[in-house]
Amino acid sequence: MERREFFTSLGAMTALWWQDDRLRDPAAAGALRNPVGEGDNDAVIRSLELTLKCTCGCNLDIFTCRTTDFTCSYSPQLHAEILTHYEQGLTPEEISQVFVEKYGEQILMAPTPVGFNLAGYLVPGLAILVAGSVLAVVLARKQRTLPTTIESPIPDDLAAPTGEDLSRLEQELSEVAD
Amino acid sequence: MTLLGQFALWLALFAGIWGAGVGLSGRWKGNPELAASVTRAAYGQMIAMIVAALALWKGLITHDFNIEYVAAYTSRNLPTSYVVTAFWAGQKGSLLFWALVLSLFGAVAQVVTSRRHARLLPYVAAITTGVTAFFVVTMLFSANPFERLAFTPADGRGLNPQLQNPGMVIHPPMLYLGYISITIPFAFAIAALLSKKLDTGWIHAIRKWTILSWLFLSVGITLGMWWAYVELGWGGYWAWDPVENASLLPWLTMTAFLHSVMIQEKRGMLKRWNVSLIVVTFLLSIFGTFITRSGVIASVHSFTQSNVGYFFLGFLLTVGVLSFSLLYLRWPALEADSKLESMASREAAFLFNNLILVGIAFSVLWGTLFPILSEAVRGVKITVGPPFFNRVNIPLGLFLLFLTGVGPLIAWRRTSPANLRRQFVFPTILAVVVALSLLAAGMRNGWAMMSISLAGFVLGTVLQEFQRGIAARMRMYSEVFPLALARLINRNRRRYGGYLVHVGILVLFVAFAGMAFKTNREATLSPGETASLASPYGHTYTFTHLGVSQYTALNRIVSAATLEVARDGTKIGVIKSEKRQHVDSFGEKTFEPSTEVGIMSDLREDIYVVYAGSIGGTERANFAITINPLVWWVWAGGAILVFGGLLAMWPGGRPVGRLGRREAQAGFETTLSGPPEPAVAAPVVTGVEAN
Repeated sequence: MERREFFTSLGAMTALWWQDDRLRDPAAAGALRNPVGEGDNDAVIRSLELTLKCTCGCNLDIFTCRTTDFTCSYSPQLHAEILTHYEQGLTPEEISQVFVEKYGEQILMAPTPVGFNLAGYLVPGLAILVAGSVLAVVLARKQRTLPTTIESPIPDDLAAPTGEDLSRLEQELSEVAD
Repeated sequence: MTLLGQFALWLALFAGIWGAGVGLSGRWKGNPELAASVTRAAYGQMIAMIVAALALWKGLITHDFNIEYVAAYTSRNLPTSYVVTAFWAGQKGSLLFWALVLSLFGAVAQVVTSRRHARLLPYVAAITTGVTAFFVVTMLFSANPFERLAFTPADGRGLNPQLQNPGMVIHPPMLYLGYISITIPFAFAIAALLSKKLDTGWIHAIRKWTILSWLFLSVGITLGMWWAYVELGWGGYWAWDPVENASLLPWLTMTAFLHSVMIQEKRGMLKRWNVSLIVVTFLLSIFGTFITRSGVIASVHSFTQSNVGYFFLGFLLTVGVLSFSLLYLRWPALEADSKLESMASREAAFLFNNLILVGIAFSVLWGTLFPILSEAVRGVKITVGPPFFNRVNIPLGLFLLFLTGVGPLIAWRRTSPANLRRQFVFPTILAVVVALSLLAAGMRNGWAMMSISLAGFVLGTVLQEFQRGIAARMRMYSEVFPLALARLINRNRRRYGGYLVHVGILVLFVAFAGMAFKTNREATLSPGETASLASPYGHTYTFTHLGVSQYTALNRIVSAATLEVARDGTKIGVIKSEKRQHVDSFGEKTFEPSTEVGIMSDLREDIYVVYAGSIGGTERANFAITINPLVWWVWAGGAILVFGGLLAMWPGGRPVGRLGRREAQAGFETTLSGPPEPAVAAPVVTGVEAN
């Protein structure tokens, strides 16, 4: 191969490689991303991020927000902040505490069950318990005030009715209807 | 056209004022002409609303960008289907849609309601026209869809990309139909209170309406879950967002009503409770609207904040106070006809079912409002998200699932312990078998195991009911199995439709449990590179990046990333996820690029891929890959639930004549329809003991 031909082919191949790999309109494919790191798939980080809220106003946790639509600019920063703390040796609980101190209690996806927040957790269950108890007591009282109890028309040990029984019952009911 | 639309809104308002004013005053009594004028007001209002709606639709279709609403939600290159459905994409249009549908429902209620309830109809017209008038007032004075701009832009902003999805074409209207149709049962309940006709007449008049609105809500919620799953890209379908919660609240109370109303029909009990449930359900539907539109609680689904929230808050408080005051006045007249005879009865089981349903509704409402309460009491903002709702509601939901199975096993009035034992044997065995099978299969998640085992229990009760009914028919009429099954269902559609709804619910619970085992990972791949992920079933999926292609579609530039998927080394297909950059008719970029998820679904699990974006503007890309078990069953469960509801609602198949009524009073649920083939069948077998 001639030297000139060789360099022409090399140039064409390089151009082809360059063109193939680059998107025609990179901005149309969303914000440019950094390659996924080890921390991005760390189960501990993921669990922690599920308990912390993104500050972009979406109402989602950091993990969900940063992996939803990949348009939020807040959650990747919060994720990076968590990774930094984690690499510095902080435990998830300590990172959580750092976030609460920095962003306030609303950074937690669920309030800590202490103090007034306990009401949030306990009131629904207590309300149902109290309502259920009141209901049971009222029903039991009303039940007792009935003048007589009505025995079940069918003995407990009765086997399933036969076709003959059903036909007779049907006939008697028809007579009642007439 | 905007002038015409505006004029129509004013006409609708005047029709509402007349209808509500005359109807509620009661002056029409003894004056047939005046009574007829109230009904005509409902028809007139409907016509006015149709005209107003057509005016907006014309503006949308003709791209009249001088109308602020048209410019804000459409563009010249928006596909026509989305131009049409942009009608309900924004605050103003959705208010118009609400008023339009309510006026239609109000008019239809006047037409289809039996003449037996004629005395209630003017009151019903008064309520429906009055509520419609409220929406019209809100539009005229706060969110006018016909508001014009001072200039005419060359093109509109276009529709939010996330709303350009088939799910958003049908999900919001379905949910709105659910919310709106609740007004009709509410109107009948108030009409019964006002007219003092507090027998079961109003209950019969609203039977179809209640199931219809419950169905619309069910379909709307399920479609909303589907839309969130396929469009939002976070790999789930329910996030306990305040707006999602708001749609669940009336569904829960309406479900409670559909159960408790049976006690009123059969035993004349729970009259006060049933009226209260209908009123609460209506108020919750308005509350949901208030939350969505006021901005008082942060939500991803909220409309733009505006002052319509004040209108809704005022309306909510006014209607609540008036309705409960009226209920208080009629309290003595709502005395039960009979009393509970035993705690071991279906009545008691339904009462506890109601307690749990309303309890869950309360807990969801409590959690939704707790941030406001916390801020008011402590001055500290907090967040109440999925961890809170899951912790509080999963146990309640499982208890409700248990009661779903218990209800059909217990007879009306009373059940003996021996009978209880007999009824519970098969479902309990099935539940235990399911639990042991799960343990043997290696499942160790307690909540998921409990959910699936209880689903087995409920399935056992339903199968038992069907088996007994079919066996009795086969024995009595020598019918073959399919015929016996078909006739059994046909003779009592409400009952067996209800059982199918229970099947839909248990399928949903099993599917929800599946999400406890989701797995996910993120990966950066160049074309030709692979990443793998293990599924909960033990398979290993391999994903090979095939490349990213870019092309221009109607109103967007598409960047499509394709992955080849292999399960345990065997290729099973390709999956494509996109980034879409929407542009206007001049080619200018509009919204931020949005994501289209790639989903490969089968009965066991979904492979869910999101193209996160490009590395350095090349085809090298980041992907979020999730495996979601049992998601297909969420949609299947929703479909079964809706099918069961439709079956229960379908006309016919009810006990007829005096005999049917007498049996109902006696506590028997039979389906006699007279000779030559009285469909006594299984219900007699279970009617005494198990109904």
